[in-house]
Amino acid sequence: MSQASVELPPKGGFSFDLCKRNDMLTQKGLKAPSYLKTGTTIVGLIFEDGVILGADTRATEGPIVADKNCEKIHYMAPNIYCCGAGTAADTEAVTDMVSSQLRLHRYQTGRDSRVITALTLLKKHLFSYQGHVSAALVLGGVDITGPHLHTIYPHGSTDTLPFATMGSGSLAAMSVFEARYKEGLTRDEGIKLVAEAICSGIFNDLGSGSNVDICVITKGHKEYLRNYMEPNPRTYVSSKGYSFTKKTEVLLTKITPLSEKVEIVEVAGEAMEE
Amino acid sequence: MTFTIQIENGTEVRNAEADSQRTLYPYVTGTSVVAIKYKDGVLMASDMGGSYGSTLRYKNIERMKAIGKHSLLGASGEISDFQEILRYLDELTLNDNMWDDGNSLGPKEVHNYLTRVMYNRRNKFNPLWNTLVLGGVKNGEKYLGMVSMIGVSFEDNHVATGFGNHLARPILRDEWREDLGFEEGVKLLEKCMRVLLYRDRSAINKLQIAKMTEEGVTVSEPYSLKTFWEFKAFTNPTVGAEGSW
Repeated sequence: MSQASVELPPKGGFSFDLCKRNDMLTQKGLKAPSYLKTGTTIVGLIFEDGVILGADTRATEGPIVADKNCEKIHYMAPNIYCCGAGTAADTEAVTDMVSSQLRLHRYQTGRDSRVITALTLLKKHLFSYQGHVSAALVLGGVDITGPHLHTIYPHGSTDTLPFATMGSGSLAAMSVFEARYKEGLTRDEGIKLVAEAICSGIFNDLGSGSNVDICVITKGHKEYLRNYMEPNPRTYVSSKGYSFTKKTEVLLTKITPLSEKVEIVEVAGEAMEE
Repeated sequence: MTFTIQIENGTEVRNAEADSQRTLYPYVTGTSVVAIKYKDGVLMASDMGGSYGSTLRYKNIERMKAIGKHSLLGASGEISDFQEILRYLDELTLNDNMWDDGNSLGPKEVHNYLTRVMYNRRNKFNPLWNTLVLGGVKNGEKYLGMVSMIGVSFEDNHVATGFGNHLARPILRDEWREDLGFEEGVKLLEKCMRVLLYRDRSAINKLQIAKMTEEGVTVSEPYSLKTFWEFKAFTNPTVGAEGSW
């Protein structure tokens, strides 16, 4: 029993001291740095054999489009995918973290991951950060108990639904779902409906845009259709596209290896050690 | 605008009346109005609810009223301001009737008048807290326009106020056509009102649809929409996913 004085971290969960400091600074007039948000349309739909997830591909930083073709459908497990809206760093980090936790869990149990396992891990993490981790997720997958679709809000609450939308374009996408969803959709009808809902978000919401990504998950099989639809292609004034100016003519090609001109000193043992 | 009056012994008295005359927030509000042009004229739909904050206080408010022979005004937002606007328009039409020459204000003229009224009120920091939808047909020309409480005004083939902008406009942008017949137009409006009923907390299932054509303006009797709540997945959402809610 050593008597060494160990500095223990403060008991329990997240320390909110810095949140208090940030509030005090904004009150004093400091502008908080703007972060990369995904201002998004993400949707999920249960059809007769499984789950279809859809997302747009625009990442915004305030009023600017930071990434025209980002990936918002994240891998969690071979049979589970998760769409993320909100702060891009938060959605990436949280889905990555739970994805590795699921993998370790799979090694330990020797079984395929279940969707509610991912749900509970995400829910617990987000709740303990009291909404400061700004990640709104649509989690879907097919496991041994069947197809499941859940939404997770930044404060940690969840919903289990047959169709769900999140993000700034969620109202536009939800209006399409509410008007056109029926039970027992086939795979093609489901993909068409999801694409229509994402397009509704892309064209009616300023925070969403560019292309449509789709992921279809069925029992034992998944299809990640990256850029399934590209309804915003780059257009050119002339129908022939852009023709680059004529290059200067190549008269002669001569290749001289550098090793003939320069002395190369090999330092033993210190080449890329990793 | 506050006026301070200095009294001899140094204390100031604020002219309390001037302060309390500005609209600061709405009290009794109506939710969205949706309207579309169709083959023979213009169709407009709104529900009959008046909310007092988060309570549904009044369930029999007509938020669409005919103006003259040719136009129909629908409003969302503060109901008392809507009634005030109707009074202004009444004065206008009364003045016109006194000329007794058979002329009556068309929708374009009414829209212009309302835009000026709304914009000037907003400039005095005393807005009429409404978003107005003006539709009508005069001399064969169909007209559909909108004015907001800060004076933004425009015309379009389909308009919606409030939540309708987010929930109904995407559907209309997708499915509206120039040559919609009357039944198709009503079905399209009902589709939008149904989505609003599902997803807007201040919407009620009692709506009216108004039709404006060359012959005149009619507002239908109130009726309710059929809704569907029997999706299997909603009746027992967490079956197979014990541990989630």
